[in-house]
Amino acid sequence: MSATPSLLDNKLVKWFDQRLPIVSTMHHAGMEYPTPKNLTYWWNFGSLAGFMLVVMMVTGIFLAMHYTPHVDYAFASVERIMRDVNYGWLIRYIHMNGGSMFFVVVYIHVFRGLYYGSYKSPREVLWWLGIVILLLMMATAFMGYVLPWGQMSFWGATVITNLFSAFPLVGNWIVTLLWGGFSVDNPTLNRFFSLHYLLPFVIAAVVFLHIWALHTTKSNNPLGIEANGPQDTIPFHPYYTVKDLYGIGVFLIFYSLFVFFAPNALGDAANYIPANPLQTPPHIVPEWYFLPYYAILRSIPNKLLGVLAMFGSILILFLLPWLDTSRVRSARFRPIYKLVFWVFVICCVALTWAGGKPPEGLALWVARIGTIYYFLHFLVFMPLIGWFERPLALPKSISAPVLAGGKA
Amino acid sequence: MRAGIMTMGRTGAAALAILACLSIGAARAADEEPVPPHRHWSFSGMFGTYDRAALQRGFQVYKEVCAACHVMRFLYYRDLAALGFNDDEIKAIAAGYEVTDGPNDQGEMFKRPGRPSDRFVPPFANDNAARAANNGALPPDLSLITKAREHGADYVHALLTGYKDAPAGFTLPEGMNYNTYFPGHQIAMAPPLNEGAVTFADNTKASVDQMAHDVATFLTWAAEPEMEARKEMGIKVILFLVVLSGLLYAVKRKVWKGVH
Repeated sequence: MSATPSLLDNKLVKWFDQRLPIVSTMHHAGMEYPTPKNLTYWWNFGSLAGFMLVVMMVTGIFLAMHYTPHVDYAFASVERIMRDVNYGWLIRYIHMNGGSMFFVVVYIHVFRGLYYGSYKSPREVLWWLGIVILLLMMATAFMGYVLPWGQMSFWGATVITNLFSAFPLVGNWIVTLLWGGFSVDNPTLNRFFSLHYLLPFVIAAVVFLHIWALHTTKSNNPLGIEANGPQDTIPFHPYYTVKDLYGIGVFLIFYSLFVFFAPNALGDAANYIPANPLQTPPHIVPEWYFLPYYAILRSIPNKLLGVLAMFGSILILFLLPWLDTSRVRSARFRPIYKLVFWVFVICCVALTWAGGKPPEGLALWVARIGTIYYFLHFLVFMPLIGWFERPLALPKSISAPVLAGGKA
Repeated sequence: MRAGIMTMGRTGAAALAILACLSIGAARAADEEPVPPHRHWSFSGMFGTYDRAALQRGFQVYKEVCAACHVMRFLYYRDLAALGFNDDEIKAIAAGYEVTDGPNDQGEMFKRPGRPSDRFVPPFANDNAARAANNGALPPDLSLITKAREHGADYVHALLTGYKDAPAGFTLPEGMNYNTYFPGHQIAMAPPLNEGAVTFADNTKASVDQMAHDVATFLTWAAEPEMEARKEMGIKVILFLVVLSGLLYAVKRKVWKGVH
């Protein structure tokens, strides 16, 4: 298709490809893939998320070579990595801060999707697969945080696994199954380690499906209109490969500032105290990326309803393609939705803040109002705005946005 | 207008990042105890390194005062090389301790002088013995103490210098002490540092403030022995990445020239 020289010109490669078309498939997906030419830097975060998955898997595999999943040795084995393994501190700090970086990148990726309507037809399945990845990431991060077996590992695990006991009938059975016994103990640590090693490979498989769906429906773009033809697209390589590489470079600077100069800034000091089942820390707080859900959970006085609201806050994203009734994708052409989107972002930041505080006073009220607003946004505002909002005129094509829709 | 939207997007993202940082900071500072005053440390900042003299003095304070009750189970005598001690000095320090080894050929445990490859010898045989000797309180392991407490070295210094008479109306149980910076203000540890408690080889005056400063430096090193290597590597990595990103940006501009 393209005139650029290709690996497929080689006779041997061609012979192989006719029997298993892996080279042409890769060439098609990773180089020729027609991509809208108007993607902004907000579109870098998908490839950044993929990059972070690789970073986490590589560092994780090396950590697993030195880590001991046993309640008596886990904490000490992590310290062994930090002190005696060659560059062990580097591998662990990359992995530890990598969890936070992965969530930073993925949250920006999700909010970009929300802003530009990337969940709308025909990209519903693509969106769903993204939510599945997010849920798997949460499970993986939660279990990974338990492995160093510090105070917050132990008590975080106790609090979160106990949530499942809120479900009627099967609740206690689920909790016993998660624990492998009657409290968080060695069997819990063992199975969490096993699953923490397994789930990233499941994530990788779902990422493959996510990219497959993406390449079927093609990328959305800041205008939210479909590409009309070759004049609107450019091949992925070299245009987006180089743009993504530049994005990775800048992102790595940000990441390195944490790894080398503030490696524990995002963590909790209590996790450097070995787990003690007899001593509860004053504040049990999850990692920052779970704080909004923690705020939602604690804003409702009823345990079961709190748990349902917490899970519901993610699961509701599955319905988004139908909750949003607007025919226009991009918020650029939706003056009211654009405003409501930023209020929603503030709502999420407020929930993050409230989740880190003890549930009392102002923090509790911020959490309650934030929780109500969070669900109002999806269940009421999204459907209603689609009905009464008058979107701005859409451009005719990506190549000629100035002609028609420039008044955005 | 498009530029305006982009600016709004960027401003929004920046605001989000700042708010997130603030919220984390605020979440961490929500305790009743006063925040330990921020001190200047030799290891502060991107280029900070450990003051070797302070490390050696701090180790002396630990060895002669803290080690009576506190273990540092993640440290080996060999690690002391990082403080500037030579092999013979380390051998001599280790040999000053008695280590239980064994079993020998007769199946019996025996005592021998410590070696550089031994872990720091604990002051008590086990946690129960430590509690029995300390009015029921367990002196925490100090290997990671500056990482395991908010405000790290600042907290350690503030705690060691924060002993006061209990304010009127504050009832202290028998054997407890009042400390401004300890959570709940009630601490089992008696004021550990007294003026001139140790005699420094370099003739530095052993004031309580000086000893607290030096031992906090030592404990920070103990918790983060990799810090100097980490920062040194970090500077190189970031310089490399800035150049690399600059080059990638130039390549990106060149490749995209005809597209816009």
